[in-house]
Amino acid sequence: MSTPFLSVRDLRVHFSTEDGMVKAVDGLSFDVEKGKTLGIVGESGSGKSVTNLTILGLHHPDHTEIEGEILLDGQDLLAASERELERLRGNKMAMIFQDALASLSPYHTIGKQIGETYRKHTGASKREARARAVEMLTKVGIPQPDLRVDDYPHQFSGGMRQRAMIAMALVCDPELLIADEPTTALDVTVQAQIMDLLKDLQQETGTSIIFITHDLGVIADIADDVLVMYGGRCVERGTKKEVLRKPQHPYTWGLLGSMPSLEGPVDVPLSPIPGSPPSLLNPPTGCRFHPRCTFTEQVGGKRCATDQPPLELTAGRGAACHLTTEQRAEFFADFAGTRPN
Amino acid sequence: MFRFLIRRAIGALVILLIISAITFVLFYVAPRDPARVACGKVCTPETLALVKRNLGISDPLPVQYWHWLQAVFVGRDYSSFGHCPAPCLGYSFHNREPVLGTILDRLPTTLSLSVGSAVVFVVFGVGTGMLAAVKQGKALDKVASSASLIFSSMQIYIVGVIAMYYLADQWHILSRPKDVPFAESPSAWFSGLLLPWLVLALIFTANYTRMTRSQLVESLNEDYVRTARAKGLSRRTVFFRFAWRGAMGPIVTIFGLDIGLLLGGAIITEKTFGLHGIGALSVKAVYDNDLPLILGVVLIAAAAIVVFNIIVDAVYALIDPRVRLA
Repeated sequence: MSTPFLSVRDLRVHFSTEDGMVKAVDGLSFDVEKGKTLGIVGESGSGKSVTNLTILGLHHPDHTEIEGEILLDGQDLLAASERELERLRGNKMAMIFQDALASLSPYHTIGKQIGETYRKHTGASKREARARAVEMLTKVGIPQPDLRVDDYPHQFSGGMRQRAMIAMALVCDPELLIADEPTTALDVTVQAQIMDLLKDLQQETGTSIIFITHDLGVIADIADDVLVMYGGRCVERGTKKEVLRKPQHPYTWGLLGSMPSLEGPVDVPLSPIPGSPPSLLNPPTGCRFHPRCTFTEQVGGKRCATDQPPLELTAGRGAACHLTTEQRAEFFADFAGTRPN
Repeated sequence: MFRFLIRRAIGALVILLIISAITFVLFYVAPRDPARVACGKVCTPETLALVKRNLGISDPLPVQYWHWLQAVFVGRDYSSFGHCPAPCLGYSFHNREPVLGTILDRLPTTLSLSVGSAVVFVVFGVGTGMLAAVKQGKALDKVASSASLIFSSMQIYIVGVIAMYYLADQWHILSRPKDVPFAESPSAWFSGLLLPWLVLALIFTANYTRMTRSQLVESLNEDYVRTARAKGLSRRTVFFRFAWRGAMGPIVTIFGLDIGLLLGGAIITEKTFGLHGIGALSVKAVYDNDLPLILGVVLIAAAAIVVFNIIVDAVYALIDPRVRLA
């Protein structure tokens, strides 16, 4: 295996708040290969967004403690100066946010916002930046780009705003694109268009993508590898096929079980995961999923509540669970039996 | 934009008409008779009637108001003063001076006072607010925030008197307030108004510090500010081009209202420092039962507020492209 383009090692992000220390990310490691897409799945508050804001260095420095290592193409981002990070942001690594209306400035035209990034990193003139903005809008499929370039975000539709956002992120041909739930706020047709657009652009430019979502359907569509996060930790990792077809962790089973399927009988009820996401202020001891897990008795004793299960990986595949491999296979077979796919 | 201005100007005119009518009515509702005062100690019914006719208050109220409006729009011929061209605000009951002339005479003082202190409080208030927002939660922020709370609860007539006593009389750092026209001597104008500017600005500065800080703290947390950072823009660019742009709107609004109010006369400040601007003039007009002068100063004060309201709305549309002038 070649050296990964992005490598995150034992990342810990802790925020000090008035109520105490919030362990938003607690020992997370993953790699992103060049030109590949890593999907990060998890509930709200599982630490997915924090992880990615930390990669870009957009956390609040005063209240945040960060440990671990983030290597982008060999460069240690956590050790980089603010100036070095400014040079990388928008240039080598870029980000697309969830709510395009809130994330685009209401005070500047689309063209200006796209061109601004380009000018900052290439030193282009205003005229060149505008031409580049029109080119990017064409690329992301905005009709009449030479006219729409002077529009403000509020004059765009939701889907067009997200396209503009993608154009803005890709204007300097970044090698790493972080997409934080870019399709969550869009309706399904537009969502599919945006996913296709991202896939096309990735093929064209060879960008590595980290795709954050809570939607496994989206993961199935776009990801090469999948990382499942729970309570600030990785609970399962593997290729898309491995994680979606043969999930090893009870939490991933729960995620799959709570998703409707188009195949098979329609009267199979959805089974939501009981309980609610853990507080990161006082996370559960041992396995963070154990209070909501239905398999703690099968593990036996109080191991789930006391010992943190390690994430043991073989060839990038593994899950952090105390169940034995045989047990997992057996329980998943039971689970899958109730589900057609 | 042009249509907006036309429409708002017409609206403003209507508002000013209503305000002048209300002032007229209120003046006559009050139990006092300017003719009785002007008539003197020995006042026969005949002289009273004559005085009333001379003052132009013998006619019924609507007729009087109609005459007043006529004077404003087309001018008016007075038996005792001759022709008064439009816009004519009539002649003072008290000293028979033309009202418009008196007001124009006092206007420079009020203009100097309000514009000068506005410069001070905008520069210091907004500046301190920006610093406090950038240094959120740090010592500087805490000092600025508590200082602004203290200053904003102070009163001009106390701070002004104390400042005059120490800064001017005891320590001779600043000169005593004096009302010198700018054209006469710019340096004397400046030193004479510096103390009133600073005192009047003190309370405003505190308010603008707090407002700027809170607006900026809010806009710095906006998603688009984070996006700007994610694009690799420097902190400075992000602050001024994005966060400040988002924070500006409410500050501009309040500033427009404040400056409109100040131009109508800073009564307490003028009285405290013995300056003779519109504020002091309006107090005098009310004391003297001087209807034409009261109408004049009320109209000026109202016009200042109305005009700045229109300006604020226009500026708001320039700041925020989402605002449509309709």
